[in-house]
Amino acid sequence: MSFFLETLLGGLMSGMLYSLVALGFVLIYKASGVFNFAQGAMVLFAALSMARFSEWIPLWLGMDNLFMANVLAFVVSVMVMFAVAWLVERLVLRHLVNQEGATLLMATLGIAYFLDGVGQTIFGSDIYKIDVGMPKEPVMMLESVFEGGILINKEDFVAAFISAMLVVALTIFFQKTATGRALRAVADDHQAAQSIGIPLGRIWVIVWCVAGITALVAGIIWGSKLGAQFSLSTVALRALPVVILGGLTSVPGAIIGGLIIGVGEKLSEVYLGPYVGGGIEIWFAYMLALVFLLFRPQGLFGEKIIDRV
Amino acid sequence: MSGRKIGEVILDLKNISLSFGGVKALQDISFDVLEHEVRAIIGPNGAGKSSMLNVINGVYRPQHGEIILRGEHYANMNSYEAAKAGLARTFQNIALFKGMSVLDNIMTGRNLKMKANILQQAFWLGPAQREELEHRLKVEEIIDFLEIQHIRKTPVGRLPYGLQKRVDLARALAMEPQILLLDEPMAGMNVEEKQDMCRFILDVNDQFGTTVVLIEHDMGVVMDISDRVVVLDYGKKIGDGTPDEVRANPDVISAYLGASH
Repeated sequence: MSFFLETLLGGLMSGMLYSLVALGFVLIYKASGVFNFAQGAMVLFAALSMARFSEWIPLWLGMDNLFMANVLAFVVSVMVMFAVAWLVERLVLRHLVNQEGATLLMATLGIAYFLDGVGQTIFGSDIYKIDVGMPKEPVMMLESVFEGGILINKEDFVAAFISAMLVVALTIFFQKTATGRALRAVADDHQAAQSIGIPLGRIWVIVWCVAGITALVAGIIWGSKLGAQFSLSTVALRALPVVILGGLTSVPGAIIGGLIIGVGEKLSEVYLGPYVGGGIEIWFAYMLALVFLLFRPQGLFGEKIIDRV
Repeated sequence: MSGRKIGEVILDLKNISLSFGGVKALQDISFDVLEHEVRAIIGPNGAGKSSMLNVINGVYRPQHGEIILRGEHYANMNSYEAAKAGLARTFQNIALFKGMSVLDNIMTGRNLKMKANILQQAFWLGPAQREELEHRLKVEEIIDFLEIQHIRKTPVGRLPYGLQKRVDLARALAMEPQILLLDEPMAGMNVEEKQDMCRFILDVNDQFGTTVVLIEHDMGVVMDISDRVVVLDYGKKIGDGTPDEVRANPDVISAYLGASH
């Protein structure tokens, strides 16, 4: 039982990170109808920026304070992600208003490769360390309930907490502020939003900025676990089934989808793995999403598409 | 007290031509709109009415012609700039934000009037908070005016068609426009709903002094509420004048009744 719980919790926590990346997809898709293939590249770019600036800033300023270095690097990285958002709108999206979905998808694929390349040119292509002081040692919990208790990775715990806070903050922003309302309006109907005086371009910059921040947070958390390296951009591909499962248009869907995939991966690896030879963690999520699509093509919480004939 | 007193020319359209590839949607159309009047654009299906409205609203850019708003030329206006210039519109196939509540939909109409920046909003600081309340009051007034208090919190997607049309009007009114463009406000409504809508349009015109430009299909309704009417057919203007003048115009009669020329 305690082993099962341990696996379950581990799954929930890595699921939280998938949710975070998936959230980036959903935000941009909702607001602009663009499936942003570059979300993974943005995670990598943000992680590299964080890793390198936290290394460079102490050198430039000649200081020796890890905390301050991280804070400054974070601020600089946020600005870097804002600059990316602004440039994407300015140079790419603005020229593709009202184009086919496939055109926009290809454009984001282009942005993805561009960011991958440029990121490594500017920041280097080694594995860099992100040390934001995440606790590394595992802790024992619930020792009184189970024999031997359950072993929890503190780092995962903190990561899940941060992700949850970010999700709550974003939800409040979307539901309660005027800008959030404008974002939802643009998501529903571009033309109508524009005709009541909502500036599309500015809204897009804002969404890409928000997606940039989620990418940065995801990048820092994954980066501090695995190091900031190229493989981070493939993390996004693992979030794809999450998006399919949750529905492209649903924020709660992204979160719950992420948790299901996380738990499903871990449980299947542990309990099914031995029978089929292991390594099923890698493809399990995709298969789950595929089976899901057969029954609910719009995802768990996605809007059902009803076409008038 | 009536705010209505027909004034100067507020919107002047000169020699507007618009084509999509080989299709000539509008050919050399000129007419003007006076401040505070109710101006209708009528015509049979495919006459170019909606194209005309979309030209005024900046959705389409005419290949030829001038749009003069309050004495200023607007050549390359998009619909965002049109909104800034004081033009609001409703849509033929209702373009509300379906997932949002009635209240939120109407609040979006206040977007241009909100000044608090995104940081103030994000942290729910004083200015953003005050502003939200201020605009909320204005929106509640409009909700009372259009008698939709009972559905304030309902997601618009769930409302019947007639009420959705009313919310669409409410959102446009929330912008406090100088000119209100209505694209077939009565289409698909039953008699009772049509009467309500007519009353609202006249009340808006009367109480707020808003200039109204409306497109309509149904001759009867238009003749009752408009001051002046433009008639289009196959992208050409075939009549312009008071409802009585237009009714007596032989070209208009043949366009509507399909008599041979």
